[in-house]
Amino acid sequence: MMSKNNEWPIWEVFIRSKNGLEHRHVGSLHAAGEEMALENARDVYTRRQEGVSIWVVESKHIHATNPSEAGELFEPAADKVYRHPTFYDLPEELKHI
Amino acid sequence: MTQKEISLEEQFQARIDRGESIEPKDWMPEKYRKTHIRQISQHAHSEVVGMLPEGNWITRTPNLRRKVGLLAKVQDEAGHGLYLYSAAETLGISRDEMFEQLHTGKAKYSSIFNYPTLSWADIGTIGWLVDGAAIINQVMLTRTSFGPYARAMVRICKEESFHQRQGYEIMIGLSHGTPEQKEMAQDALNRFWWPSLMMFGPKDDESPNTEMSVKWKIKRKTNDELRQQFIDITIPQAEYLGLTVPDPDLKWNEERGHYDFGAIDWDEFWQVVKGNGPCNKERLAARNKAWDEGAWVRDAALAHAEKKASKNVSKVA
Repeated sequence: MMSKNNEWPIWEVFIRSKNGLEHRHVGSLHAAGEEMALENARDVYTRRQEGVSIWVVESKHIHATNPSEAGELFEPAADKVYRHPTFYDLPEELKHI
Repeated sequence: MTQKEISLEEQFQARIDRGESIEPKDWMPEKYRKTHIRQISQHAHSEVVGMLPEGNWITRTPNLRRKVGLLAKVQDEAGHGLYLYSAAETLGISRDEMFEQLHTGKAKYSSIFNYPTLSWADIGTIGWLVDGAAIINQVMLTRTSFGPYARAMVRICKEESFHQRQGYEIMIGLSHGTPEQKEMAQDALNRFWWPSLMMFGPKDDESPNTEMSVKWKIKRKTNDELRQQFIDITIPQAEYLGLTVPDPDLKWNEERGHYDFGAIDWDEFWQVVKGNGPCNKERLAARNKAWDEGAWVRDAALAHAEKKASKNVSKVA
């Protein structure tokens, strides 16, 4: 097995595409430190003015849900129709509600 | 003020005037930061304290349909409090500081929640009027100048659309029901109408923050404009229910294209703001009790996390 000791860590890249919007995940890259990560992200992910602001987070700091548990985590919301406006019977002619 | 600060402040105002969003790490005047911390945390407190009058009825709903609806609504309010506290934290205040301000009575929250919920019709009326008024305010705030606040508002407005419908459905049931049920609905409207109008805050000429709020695009409409908008869309909804708002001076003004309405009792408003409303003490006591009784949960979770972390360290070593 090749030694990975000298490999630069992976960073996740988040871009704000336009003033006022939230940052969204766009991908990842390798960099030796946060400054280089920001510079690389700018060079790779905003070549066509895709963003006005960049966040980078070292990948090891991201914790994720386990895909095999997706059912038990997310399916219970499926039958809670009463969390949606359409569940409530209001007459059509009523305005602004 | 130094020359540098003046130009920073001018640049800041120019950004606002161009309609740009201000983000947490951007330079901002100290007053802008403080105003937002105050406004967003008070908004968060309102969501959290707002759970109390409604939570009071969860075990006493007339049927299961009403129960799941009310439960889901109260759950949403907790979530909305969370989004707002998080937005305020981006400005450098901690969650504990905000709770401290709430629990000691230093911070305010919406006065409407200092009124009691005496009958089931109050729950319908709160969904219809109180959430209705909140939605008008919050739709405006989706375009407020501070980015995290505006984005929290977008999420909240999307989720909140069912709250008002939930309330209005209750009101239809009662007002088209037996004479006793209709009377109950009318009584709730009588008690909540004026406090709902007060939710928009003091009249423009007596509101010290209005000018600055508009200049910094914190608010894009004044208290009086929002109040008028609320009355104009709510009266037809009351008419549909066959209920009457308790205001003998209310009438449509053809010339203005708006309803004229009677004088609001601002003495009552200020009394409730100052802590002398019917339920101020009860609400604060309930919040303090929940905080104190939850202390062991917070401690246990921290202790568990620390134990887990120390196990991981020894595993690595």
